[in-house]
Amino acid sequence: MAFKMIDYRSAYFADWCPGCGDFGIMTAIQMAFADLQLQPHKTVIFSGIGCSGKTPHMIKVNGIHTLHGRVLPFAIGAKLANPELEVMAVGGDGDGLGIGAGHFVNSGRRNIDMTYLIHDNGVYGLTKGQASPTLELGLRVKAMPKPNLNSGINPIAIALACGYTFIARSYAYDVKHLSETIKKAIQHHGLALVIIQQPCPTYNDINTKEWYGGEDRIDPKTGKPVPRLYKLEETGYDGIVRKPEEAFEKYIAALTKAHEWGDRIPMGVFYQNELVPTYDERISMRIPTYLENPPAKQAISDSSGKPTTSIEKMLEELKVTG
Amino acid sequence: MAGGPQGSGVDSAANIFGRACCYGGLHVYGKREYHSNIKGLHSYFHIRVSPQEVRADVDRVDMLCTFDAESVVRHIWEVPSGGGVICDTDALAAKISGIQTLTPAFRAVFNESLKQRGIAPETVGDLLDQVKKNGVRVYAVPYMQLLQDMAKQIGEDKLSKLTRMVNVLALGVSFGLVDFDRRFVEKSIRAVFGDRPKIIDMNLIALGVAYDYAKNKFGDFGFKLEPVETGEKRIFLQGTQAVALGKLAGGLRVQTYYPITPAADESEYIEENEILQSTSGQGGGSVVVMQTEDEIAAINMASGAALTGVRAATGTSGPGFSLMAEGLGWAGNNEVPVVVTYYQRGAPSTGLPTRHGQGDLRFAMHASHGEFPRIILSSGDIEECFYDAVRAFNYAERYQTPVIHLIDKGLANSNKSYKMFDLSLIKIERGQVLSEQDVKGNEFKRFEFTESGISPRVALGTPGVFFWNTGDEHDSVGNINEESVNRTRMYEKRMKKLELADKEIPVEERVNFFGDSDATAAVVSWGSPKGAIMEAMDRLRQEGFKMSFIQVRMPLPLPREYLAEKLGRAQKKIVVESNYNGQLAGVIREETGVVIDYFVLKWNGRPMSSDEVYEALKLIMQEKAPKRQVLNNGI
Repeated sequence: MAFKMIDYRSAYFADWCPGCGDFGIMTAIQMAFADLQLQPHKTVIFSGIGCSGKTPHMIKVNGIHTLHGRVLPFAIGAKLANPELEVMAVGGDGDGLGIGAGHFVNSGRRNIDMTYLIHDNGVYGLTKGQASPTLELGLRVKAMPKPNLNSGINPIAIALACGYTFIARSYAYDVKHLSETIKKAIQHHGLALVIIQQPCPTYNDINTKEWYGGEDRIDPKTGKPVPRLYKLEETGYDGIVRKPEEAFEKYIAALTKAHEWGDRIPMGVFYQNELVPTYDERISMRIPTYLENPPAKQAISDSSGKPTTSIEKMLEELKVTG
Repeated sequence: MAGGPQGSGVDSAANIFGRACCYGGLHVYGKREYHSNIKGLHSYFHIRVSPQEVRADVDRVDMLCTFDAESVVRHIWEVPSGGGVICDTDALAAKISGIQTLTPAFRAVFNESLKQRGIAPETVGDLLDQVKKNGVRVYAVPYMQLLQDMAKQIGEDKLSKLTRMVNVLALGVSFGLVDFDRRFVEKSIRAVFGDRPKIIDMNLIALGVAYDYAKNKFGDFGFKLEPVETGEKRIFLQGTQAVALGKLAGGLRVQTYYPITPAADESEYIEENEILQSTSGQGGGSVVVMQTEDEIAAINMASGAALTGVRAATGTSGPGFSLMAEGLGWAGNNEVPVVVTYYQRGAPSTGLPTRHGQGDLRFAMHASHGEFPRIILSSGDIEECFYDAVRAFNYAERYQTPVIHLIDKGLANSNKSYKMFDLSLIKIERGQVLSEQDVKGNEFKRFEFTESGISPRVALGTPGVFFWNTGDEHDSVGNINEESVNRTRMYEKRMKKLELADKEIPVEERVNFFGDSDATAAVVSWGSPKGAIMEAMDRLRQEGFKMSFIQVRMPLPLPREYLAEKLGRAQKKIVVESNYNGQLAGVIREETGVVIDYFVLKWNGRPMSSDEVYEALKLIMQEKAPKRQVLNNGI
């Protein structure tokens, strides 16, 4: 039986604001799952806290709505124990780059084979519009009492520095591009990050749909807006590392692209390197049976409750008499 | 006692000493004390050896085996008449005022002790001359000269390469003095240094040089350490190892941790043994040990793993547990069976990072906002650490809730000989887990309302089923639900599991009772004071005092009726705890209404010695004690 997109749609009422980018992201996830025919029982979406945190409830696969900033540790724990699971983490920019920044950084060291989507709207929506870590210095979105005193951080540049092996950007209102990007991220062998630019119609009155769409700058020749977002793949940019020796060059190219913002904002895959060993491969070097007999597949006891594995060798090492 | 600067091999010397005694059929108990420091500050290992079981530390040091001048000064008053001090000949000339690592606080106490004795030694040699007058035997050993002899034997011309062998020299001298069969010591060196033949050889030579030197130079110490025949199969291990073994026996498959003293040893020991042998010769398994970026990640990663159906745990101490508070609540709210091994140490804040304390009972009981069921186990000795680690998983899975296993530094870093653990007692109980065959369709209710409060769970990845979790209040499906009616029911469903646990878990698993059943004096305690209390009580009972000891092994849910009944009958109700407030006494009063009469408390960072507990309890039995006695022994 083939899964259709509608099969991933839950009956849970999506209580996001009208026009919220989360609807597009939810739809793109469902489209990607259907395209990849992901089995609901084998798929898990973990989420953090905030508007994005509600995403798993709308999707009919396993959904684990965790704590603010802690989505990655939960997701990693499940993937470690059962590497056969298809694991996706979703969270906001405040969740992943503010309160959860330590996990964002350290997850890059591990290259766990999973996908991480960051909904980046520049604000803390659910607490009513405070500045998030990606909001630029000096900006003052609607609900802020004063302009931002903090500089915004660059999640793509950070991800590169941390060792993420797939880094892409997409846009919540370009569901097709987003869905294709999510598919690539899921198919990537390693830790894949997708930064999703997402207008918050309620609280971010600066980085709006119109702003991304360039409606403030009409091309005098065509009379049409000049969008700020453009697609890397349409410029001939190729961020895929195919040989170890091109890894650094591609890294620098991606870093350069990561700093494009404002008038021209690149979308698409900035960097991809599947030559880096994934965490399960690293474990397998030490525990050769890890992938064929992972922790979650091991029966730890027989029907009478007797353990199936023994600590006798360890006790033997501690033995002093008898 | 072996004492020296950190990094000088105090630990390995003590380990070799302890094992060697064990090989000779003796019982051993060892206590380790060290600073939060890598190299240079004072540390020591106090080992008791006896043909009978030894359960706790004592104040007396019969043989003080020192590697440096400071150790002599630190411990000199613990050596009784007839005891011995082994020291470096070069240390004799050391001026006491010139020992930089003696703190002003220590000097003040030490100078006072000199004043009381009416002496004013300038050097370590002077000090030793004074104690000799009181019958202490002093054995000054030229460590450097022995190292030179060694260097000749092995053809090594760089003496600096050998200076780290001073610990084994001192060990060799002490065994020589008590004329202990050196084959046991050699066996111990081989065992401790395992697969490093060159190091084994060097240590064996050092042992031989020192052993012979002691026998030829000093002759008889006046006490011969005789081996004892034993048919019993025994092991020698420390608390962190016992917990690790228990977790592995109990089916641990994912362990997460962030490095912290004294918990990290456990995780490292598990990682060393990550590949598990099969009991049937086929299959086998493995444990994944993950060192996380912080304790927040540690608890949440363990919960994530537990959701896949594996037994998952983390280990930490106070500062780390503080960070775990929010994750603990999430696990409680989502009914995740996660186990936290909580090694208490001197608190609050960074406190005394390498020292003992039991100040975290209340915190373990209440950490995280709101109310949710949790079960707390408290082990009283190293053997209990093992069996409780297994039970922690069983309770966690049966009641689908976090279990906190309280250990303390006094257990974590102590070594003891035990009868071989009985693996036939290990029973794994997984609670209600549904398999592929049990679940029908997709409308699985992870939090289904049931009579008992327990909703059968499935593992993430079980074919044919999926489910939701959320830290928000949720409905039976696991979706966010803020309706008042649902809130009341769901909250109660969770809390009912604690009532069920209280009803189901037999009292034998929650308390130990020792002593006279008709005693009118009852001691109640938890954690590592157990050993000191047992020894103190044995002495007092021999002196004719009737006493009982109730050891609480499950502070939550507390066995209320049992304690109310047992303590209610006692005329003298005594609590012994390593904290300021008498936290267990407070919990007992809160839960049972029983008011404790006498408090024996200690928070100086050192585990209780059986001597000081004996003295405190004796005063109480003689009606001479104040309501509150504060113990302060230990260096």
